[in-house]
This record gives sequence, structure tokens and C-alpha cells, in this order.
Amino acid sequence: MTDTVSLYDQFQALHAERNSGREGWLKDIREAAFNTFTELGFPTIKREDWKYTNVLPFLKEEFQVEQLHSVAFPATISDESIAGLDAHIIVLQNGRLTNAPKIKGVKIATINDAVDLGGAEEYLAKSIPVEKHPFAALNTALFEDGIVIEIEKNVQVDKPLHIIHTYNSLEAAFVQPRILVISHKHSHADIIETTKVLSNYTLFSNSVTEVYVKENAQLNHYVLQSEPATSRFVSFRQATQEKDSLYNNYTFTMPGAALVRNNLIAALKGTNVETHMFGLYLASDNQLIDNHTSVEHQQPNCFSNELYKGVLKDTSKAIFSGRIHVFQDAQKTNAFQQNNNLLLSDKATVDSKPQLEIYADDVKCSHGSTAGSFNKESLFYLQSRGIGEATARNMLVAAFAFDVTSKVKIPALRAHIEHLIEHNLTENYD
Amino acid sequence: MLTINNLQASVEDKQILKGINLQVNAGEVHAIMGPNGSGKSSLASVLTGRSQYEVNGGEVTFEGKDLLDMSPEDRAREGVFLAFQYPVEIPGVSNINFLRTAMNEIRAYRNLPPLDAKEFLKLSRERQKLVEFDAQLVNRSLNEGFSGGEKKRNEIFQLAMLEPKLSILDETDSGLDIDALRIVSNGVNKLRSKDNAFIVITHYQRLLEYIVPDFVHVLYNGRIVKSGTKELALELEERGYDWLKEPFESESI
Repeated sequence: MTDTVSLYDQFQALHAERNSGREGWLKDIREAAFNTFTELGFPTIKREDWKYTNVLPFLKEEFQVEQLHSVAFPATISDESIAGLDAHIIVLQNGRLTNAPKIKGVKIATINDAVDLGGAEEYLAKSIPVEKHPFAALNTALFEDGIVIEIEKNVQVDKPLHIIHTYNSLEAAFVQPRILVISHKHSHADIIETTKVLSNYTLFSNSVTEVYVKENAQLNHYVLQSEPATSRFVSFRQATQEKDSLYNNYTFTMPGAALVRNNLIAALKGTNVETHMFGLYLASDNQLIDNHTSVEHQQPNCFSNELYKGVLKDTSKAIFSGRIHVFQDAQKTNAFQQNNNLLLSDKATVDSKPQLEIYADDVKCSHGSTAGSFNKESLFYLQSRGIGEATARNMLVAAFAFDVTSKVKIPALRAHIEHLIEHNLTENYD
Repeated sequence: MLTINNLQASVEDKQILKGINLQVNAGEVHAIMGPNGSGKSSLASVLTGRSQYEVNGGEVTFEGKDLLDMSPEDRAREGVFLAFQYPVEIPGVSNINFLRTAMNEIRAYRNLPPLDAKEFLKLSRERQKLVEFDAQLVNRSLNEGFSGGEKKRNEIFQLAMLEPKLSILDETDSGLDIDALRIVSNGVNKLRSKDNAFIVITHYQRLLEYIVPDFVHVLYNGRIVKSGTKELALELEERGYDWLKEPFESESI
């Protein structure tokens, strides 16, 4: 039996080792971030934004926190892909870049290389509010390496960039992947992130992804989470958007990981910015899926739309917290948010918490939240045409998810997700 | 084809059907009329297996089989069809995929191979024409954003596709303008044959000018209080239902 104190001690030792003998801006950032983490500690349910998710039990294990790159990976790992998807594949092993495909107009490097070359200083950890996010602070202090993806000015990337996160370890492991994406002016790209966990040991992943979408750039960012039950995923993603930019985030969470906590922030720092957040979570067994999102309208004439849908089975639990923050200057803001939940079991629970903070007076904002079970009349209608109950239920779940799945613009990815939904739900219902 | 014997049913402990007797044979069209709340739609619901209804007496046999013992989908697979009074909108389920799934599940139940895409499409086109159903609606989400008339026409289109032995039309005429009523009725009349049967539930005699019934039954307070031929419908149109209520009510005191 161990507790989070000994885990903290390990992090402190790691921090001392990482920063000894180093100087420069990165050291300062790491130092400050570690101090912030020390001050905040791991979040408890006393924090408003962790009220429904008690993360501490998920941390009580003997985790290996360093030197994970010495673990061997099977050679065939890059075969992990989505049927029919034509993409540039970027494989990360325990957070480290192993292959960087050569792509016209795209620079891919390890963070360490980017730091050495001086390309990361302007962006890395520059706009994320670590003081409010203990896990992001911890990652910033201790990430070992990671990748920087830069989409160059005016470039339209020919194929999606598919980042495959792979994890392997010989004991329980705590990993802290870090990704920095910079979409330069007028560029256009699609990024897909998927994960493959190879070991049977407990995996705790604390990831940070920073995205910068510069003037008039467009980025579609797909995150597909379907990890095994032995894994726990805490993620922090922030998109910082400049004027006229478009950022679309699609987060799909499938049954699996015991804990999924996604923090997603869009910081709209220019005018005429457009942001979409689409989410679909399917929770089963004893799973806990927590999505905390925040859209910060800092400038006038921006549009944001958020749609998160959840399907819950068994004794699973889901949390949705959606914050829309409209700053005083952000006149003519249009901000919409919707969260709908379909509960397939009496024992599943969902906490849905919309938060609107509006300081401007000429805005259009709306939010809505629902939780319910199957519409009996719809089910009867399908059955009355000869469709069996199980098939009818699957049709209704797929139809419920349709609003989100239909937003996926890459056909092979959409088909893959639809297949996963069907595969994960074609069991008997309660 | 269908034999209903002393059927009794309730919803939430309220007795709705109090002993219905009805015999429907192949080739016949039966109209069931009656004032609001008399149990007309409840009868349709009980026959097709809507779960809110509890059957607490009597039996129903369909082609010699115990209908009440079957799941709603098995009743459909045996050949019973309900045209809904209020067809459900299901966004995200495409009309055509829904029909294809339904059709192939019914065929599987009858040990028939699934229709291939080409055959299905051909049949679909043919039946759309038969019931004057707009081809564009076929590819939309099931009933989503359809007008009242379009929904009812979709019910008849489904009927035409699934070719049931017994069709129950639950107030299919309500909310239809005269053109839509004519189209729906024409569709039904084209589908009538010596091998199938219809139960037409309606509040108004108007529909029966287009779909001419062989028999008319008046349902009141959970029982069939009068049966006759199509002339009975005309009489009801003229005299209303009150003359039928009175003897029944005095009888029950």
C-alpha cells in the first residue's frame, strides 16, 4: 500500500535530477510549474472542478515514473491503424518520438530538439493556466520529451497526421506525454490521435497538448480514446486561437479506461474566430468519464459551438462540465453548448454542469443539458416493423450518436468510430 | 385470420377494453368507429403489443397462433402491421435503411434470404409510385421534419413495402387534407386483396367514402356496442353516437 505522498517524493527527486545543472527559460518554467504543483497537490474533491471525480484512489499504486523509454516495443507497432485511413503516421513510444515522417510543409521534431534549436520558446507552456490545473503543472515540470508539430504558413497538408501513442512497461507506469502543435497562418491540417496500450500493467497517463492556431489557420483535431481498463487517462488540451482561425475538436471516448478525465480549453484570442467542440462518450462497467471543457471568448465577433453526447451502461459514471466565459470586450459573441445523455442502465449516473459567465452585454449564448433513457415509443415503432429489440436499441444508440459522428469529416475515421460504437454496444442491455 | 375473444386490457389499473369480440377474415375491411376515449386506439395498441397495456382477460388468435404471447416484432413478422396515429420521428435513422432492416428481419424470420440492394431498390421505387410517396423523403431521417400528411403517407409506404396480412390503420385520416386523404386511400385500395385484411380505425365517416368497409363496428366504453355494414357509418354521421350510448349506459347501471 502506498499513497500519493510517496508518489510526490518520486516526482520531487525526478524534478531535482532533471533540472540540476541546467539553465535557461525551460528550467525556469519547469521550476515554477513544480512549485505550483507542490502548492496545489493532487486535486481532491474539495476543488470545484474535481468535485465529482476523486482521482486519488487511481494514484495509489507503485508507479514507475521515469526511464520508461528503455522498455522494448514490438516492431509491428506502426501497423496499428484505422482501416482505409490514408494518413501520415507518427508513432510515440511512452511519449517519445520514434519516427518522424517527412511531410511537405510540416516540421516534426522532439521537444528537446526544438528547444535546442530555439523554436519552442515562444509557445511551450506559454499560455496554459497551470495555476488552475495541477496535472498540467506536473506535466510541465516533468515531461521527459515529446513532440512539436509545426504546420508551415499557407500549407494545406495533403493527408491527416495520425499520432499513435503507444505505451509499454514492465510494471505500473506513470507517463507524461507532451505535444505542441503550431498551425501557422493560413495553414490547414487534420490531426488524429489514437492510443495503444501494450502492457497489462496499470498505466496512468498525464498528458498535455498545446495547440496554437494562428491567423486564418484551420485545424481539425480528432482524439479517439479506447484504452484498456487497466489505464487511467488525465489529459489537458488547449487551443489558443488567433483571428479568423478555425479549430474543431472531436473527442471520442469508448468503453475501457477506468478513468478518463479530459480538460479541453479553447482560448479565443482574436476576432472572428470559430470553434467547435464535439464529444461522444460511451461508458460501461465501472468506468468514470469526465469531460471538463471551457471556451473563453476574449474578443468580439466569435462563434463557438459545443455538442457532447454520452451513452452510459452498467454502473458507469460520466461528468460533463462546460464553461462558456464571455469577456467584457467580446461583444457579438455567439456561443452555444449542448450536452445530452442516454442512460441504458438504472445504475449509471451522469452529472452535467453547464456554466455561463457572461460579462459582455450584446451576446447570444445558450446551453442545454438532458439525461434520459430510451424513448419507448421510438423503440416500439421500430419493433412494430419487425425489427428485433436488440437491433432496435442499437439503431437508436447509433441515431443518438449520429449528431456527433456525422460531424467527422474523414470518411474512414467516421466508419471506424461507427464500427466501434456498434461493437461496444451489441451486448445485452440491462 | 384474426379472432378476438372477450379481450380485456388496462393501462395503469384503468380498465380500457372490457370484453371485445371480433372476427376478421382474409379479404375483409372492418371499420371501427366511436367517440374519443372509447378504446379504439387502445385496441390497436393491444393487438400490436405496446408495452404500457396489460391484457387481463380474453384471447386473440392470428392465423391460429396466440398473438398476445408474441413480442411486438414477432407480431410484425407474422404479418400484423400498425399504421400509427402519431408516427415517431427518429433523427439519425434513415428511412430507407430502417425499411431495409425491417424487411430483412421479417424475411429472416420466414427463412427467406435478404433482398439484395438492387431488388430492394426496385421494389422501393415501385411501391413509392404506388402510394405516391416522394422519393426525396425516402432518403431522409425517419419522419424527421415530415409534415403530418407526409408522415401518414410514409406509414402507407411502409405498409406497401412490408405487405402485411393484417393492417391496422389507426386514425390515419386525422389531420389529413382532402388531397392527402385521397392519396392515402388510393394507396390502401390498391393494396387490398383477397388475401389480406384491414382494420380501419376512424373517428370520421369521411375516410369510409374512400376506403369502403365490409363491416362497421361502434366501440364505446371498451366494448363493441353495435356492428353493421357500411350504412351504419352513414347513420353515425347523421345521428352521432349518443343514441348508442344511452341504452348501453342504462344497461350497465
